[in-house]
Amino acid sequence: MAHNKESKKQGLILFLSDTDEREGLLGKKNRKLLSDPLTDNNPITVQVLGICSALAITVQLKPAIVMSIAVMAVMAFSNMIISALRNLIPSRIRIIVQLVVVAALVILVDQVLRAYAYDVSKELSVFVGLIITNCIVMGRLEAFALGHGVYKSFLDGIGNAAGYAFILILVAFFRELLGAGKLLGYEVIPQSFYEFGYENNGLMLLSPMALITVGIIIWVQRSRNRTLIEQN
Amino acid sequence: MDRNSNAYTFLFAIIMVAVVASALAFAATNLQPAQAKNVKEEKMQNILTTVGIETTRDSAEALFNEYIVEQVALNNQGEERTDVDAFTVDLKKELKRPVEEQAFPLYVADVEGAKYYIVPLRGKGLWDAIWGYVALKDDVNTIKGAVFDHKGETPGLGAEITQGWFKKRFDDEKIMDESGNFIGVSVAKGYQGGDNKDDNAVDAIAGATITGDGVTDMISERLKNYLPYFKQKTNVKVAMQ
Repeated sequence: MAHNKESKKQGLILFLSDTDEREGLLGKKNRKLLSDPLTDNNPITVQVLGICSALAITVQLKPAIVMSIAVMAVMAFSNMIISALRNLIPSRIRIIVQLVVVAALVILVDQVLRAYAYDVSKELSVFVGLIITNCIVMGRLEAFALGHGVYKSFLDGIGNAAGYAFILILVAFFRELLGAGKLLGYEVIPQSFYEFGYENNGLMLLSPMALITVGIIIWVQRSRNRTLIEQN
Repeated sequence: MDRNSNAYTFLFAIIMVAVVASALAFAATNLQPAQAKNVKEEKMQNILTTVGIETTRDSAEALFNEYIVEQVALNNQGEERTDVDAFTVDLKKELKRPVEEQAFPLYVADVEGAKYYIVPLRGKGLWDAIWGYVALKDDVNTIKGAVFDHKGETPGLGAEITQGWFKKRFDDEKIMDESGNFIGVSVAKGYQGGDNKDDNAVDAIAGATITGDGVTDMISERLKNYLPYFKQKTNVKVAMQ
């Protein structure tokens, strides 16, 4: 009986960390899974993935935040599911399996938004559906979840989605502030500024400015962290 | 079982599809009531907006019951049909039937003594369906207000028909010419009329010509079926072509 308990405990640890070394739930390696995608390995600014949705939904903060939460949910759960099934998935159809799992989760997210956040779901319209084609999601499944344990995959999913969310929200912050003078729909630039001749920059509301804002973020990041600059 | 064998692959695929399908079906069934409520309240909100009543989602139903005094379904001869409920008429399905069998819902609003006729619209944009509501003042000629929505028009171009500045262009436009012939309102490319409200035309959106044409067709196609009713119900002269 005691032996059984011991092996169960061991099994749990293996299930959680699945590597030869045992570490705490938020050990150094696991923390790195969360923090790396935020900075040095950011999916948008360093890997340049998931740009399309960053352009499309960053006009205002609110849809950007909802989109970030949606992507986070999809990535965390799809990473966990694929990781849990990784020893069962026939390798010949693994991409299809990944797609089905992601698509199912995206449809779920879309249905939930339609029921509980109807206005935002209308605003996001096709873009929620397009999470399926977000390269970050498939990329992490293929590169990480298929080779790592469930808990690590969960952290990896959350980390990468947070890296994506961070950039999305940053871009949306500047676009809404400079383009409409609002944040989350509230006027933040005082009326007196407008009386002095300040005007909202309508250009910020157009998609190209999202690309330029992302470009500026990449520039700032690389000038602060020179290891990111490619040598050739 | 060999994980690379065909049998295993098929078995895995079948089980996966069954699990995913039942999970999605379960979620869709359970969330359906909340979604249907949102759609209903949005419809009420849209109808109220055309007569100038801005409302939140939550108060839509109460205000709708307050201001909408009549909901009728008509046939194309302008006779009231008792066999259908106006609010639940699905125009998408109606449009597939021959025009004699279609039901034409009409909402009558009473806002501080002024009477408005609100007509639901549905038509085709560039990529997919477009729809909306248009409210006529009780001369059944002047537009009080309009709202438009779409399923898949291009964001930034055709999708702009949902924007306030485009909808505003329809306010006070006439749907008939001076002798009372029905014309509708055309969304005109290269419009030079400025604020002219008597030329049956409004300025189009640059880069959204086909969506604009869709709006033009939708208004004339749908409204003309209500003319017999307007002719009977009002004292206004409506010339029939």
